[in-house]
Amino acid sequence: MRVVLGEDHALLRDGLMRLLTAHEFDVVEAADTGLTLLRALRTHRPDVAVVDVRLPPTFTDEGLRAAIEARHEIPGLPVLVLSQYVEPLYARELMADGSGGVGYLLKDRVSQVGEFVDALRRVAGGGTAMDPHVVSTLIGGQHSRLESLTAREHEVLTLMAEGRTNSAIASALFITEKAVGKHIANVFHKLHLSESPDDNRRVLAVLAYLDGRPG
Amino acid sequence: MPSSAARPFRWRLTLLGWTLPLLVMSLPVSLPLFLVSIVGIPLIGAFGVGIAMILAAAWLTRVLTDVHRWIFASALGVTISRPYVWPTAAAQPGRRMPPGHPGAKVIALARDPATWRDLAWLLVNATLGFVTYLVVITLFALSVLPLWWWLVPPLMRGYARLSGTLLGPTGAASLAARVQQLTDSRAETVDAQAAELRRIERDLHDGAQAQLTSLGMNIGMAEELLRTDPDAAARLLAEAREGSGQVLADLRDLVHGIHPPVLADRGLSGAVEALVLAHPLPVEVEDRVAGRPPAPVESAAYFAVAETLTNITKHARASSVQLTLDHDGGRLRIAVHDDGRGGAVAGSGGGLHGIGRRLFAFDGTVNIDSPEGGPTTVTMEIPCELSSAKTTPSSETG
Repeated sequence: MRVVLGEDHALLRDGLMRLLTAHEFDVVEAADTGLTLLRALRTHRPDVAVVDVRLPPTFTDEGLRAAIEARHEIPGLPVLVLSQYVEPLYARELMADGSGGVGYLLKDRVSQVGEFVDALRRVAGGGTAMDPHVVSTLIGGQHSRLESLTAREHEVLTLMAEGRTNSAIASALFITEKAVGKHIANVFHKLHLSESPDDNRRVLAVLAYLDGRPG
Repeated sequence: MPSSAARPFRWRLTLLGWTLPLLVMSLPVSLPLFLVSIVGIPLIGAFGVGIAMILAAAWLTRVLTDVHRWIFASALGVTISRPYVWPTAAAQPGRRMPPGHPGAKVIALARDPATWRDLAWLLVNATLGFVTYLVVITLFALSVLPLWWWLVPPLMRGYARLSGTLLGPTGAASLAARVQQLTDSRAETVDAQAAELRRIERDLHDGAQAQLTSLGMNIGMAEELLRTDPDAAARLLAEAREGSGQVLADLRDLVHGIHPPVLADRGLSGAVEALVLAHPLPVEVEDRVAGRPPAPVESAAYFAVAETLTNITKHARASSVQLTLDHDGGRLRIAVHDDGRGGAVAGSGGGLHGIGRRLFAFDGTVNIDSPEGGPTTVTMEIPCELSSAKTTPSSETG
């Protein structure tokens, strides 16, 4: 799998390259500014991009802007954005085009290598990986709309919003996949969302709902 | 005076009503007060009598001038600020007499130019004031109504303005008051900054430093155990990894408390949008600020908005919030309106008090309108200029 990396910090760039290479990803280019990143994404059209939000020259949110711009030019280009802090506002901007293949995670999550690689593969496959921190903030903001959910349904909703598959949710909660399916059906019914058989679409619908946008 | 245009007759009658007490306070009250003050001066050396006379007369004079300031403001719309200077910064706004023992009081009074100007005004009020009020009353009593109708407003207003030149602060006094205010706000800012640095130092010392030390120990032990007990080494490394996550989370919180990254990235508008997104209540935002305030103002405004929103969640029991950002006449204005139960006050140590302190450093103000039962509107204003167009995110979202 071909990866373009956007990270200006030498230590982290080397660390990520080592980690990705060890897990059979092929890092075709490592860009260290917003501009070079955008150029690299255009030239290589990688299977997935791993991008730091904060890049030179202004050290604000160049990485994020480059990622959004690239996805605008190349619809569906899978991008996993990493950051020292996560901001639901940026998640909203990443998800705004309504297509999948998006990830937004705290840099800390990289240290759980297995889960990180898993999330990267999911994003490359058109899925979603949303940081638990973003999800909990969004859920906090929609507290009153979620009152009708049971505690279990709440847990399922949270994990689903993070972009996990049914089988991952099942093993995280120690329940069967069939039970997960039942809880999901209940959540969609209670929130008046139309259920789609497609995992990715379902995740996007849930995130849109939590973000307060029409599904 | 809005009522002067709407109800010209009633307003003139109200003025007439005020003229009676004003007349009493002119010659009959002002002249004796003036005489007592003057006679008190040579008696200072003789007995304590002089000091007592001066203090009593000064106190009464200040009551009298305060009453006049109030009447002129409420009945005629002529506002006159209080000019008195205070030897200490701790004076409350309504205080009449300087602090200290009687001798110190007299010295402080003598040093305050406003005391002497009050004295001059007593004389003016006893003569010119007396005549003015007498004219107003006589014209009415003699039923020269057209003349009375036409003459009363300019006459009364003119006299109020004349009084204002003596009862209000002189240019120098205004400057002195301003210097005092700036000295206070600077002292408070320096204190707040020192406290903030202490908090950051403590957070780093107790948090990140301690955690990194323990992290290093865990990794060191894992290194030793790697060959002899790989399982134990793996456990220690897992623990170290979890520990590193905790350090990062703590540092993230600390950074957020110093200067939220989203504020650096997106400025006040974006950062407020981010705040609103995370708020449990629906918040409607109207942002009419076309540009970016200076960074320190942005930061103060951001924390003020954050604090206000937190207060609403904690106390207001509101169901919705409206937030307006505006820049007009060289002032950034932020209004936060909620439909909660009201009764919010800026008590010492409370959130709203903290907002006031934060904005004070920038000459900003906080106004709280919160009747019991609601709704509440907190209005914050900071004088500042805007820099060129704000940065726009690469994708506009709804």
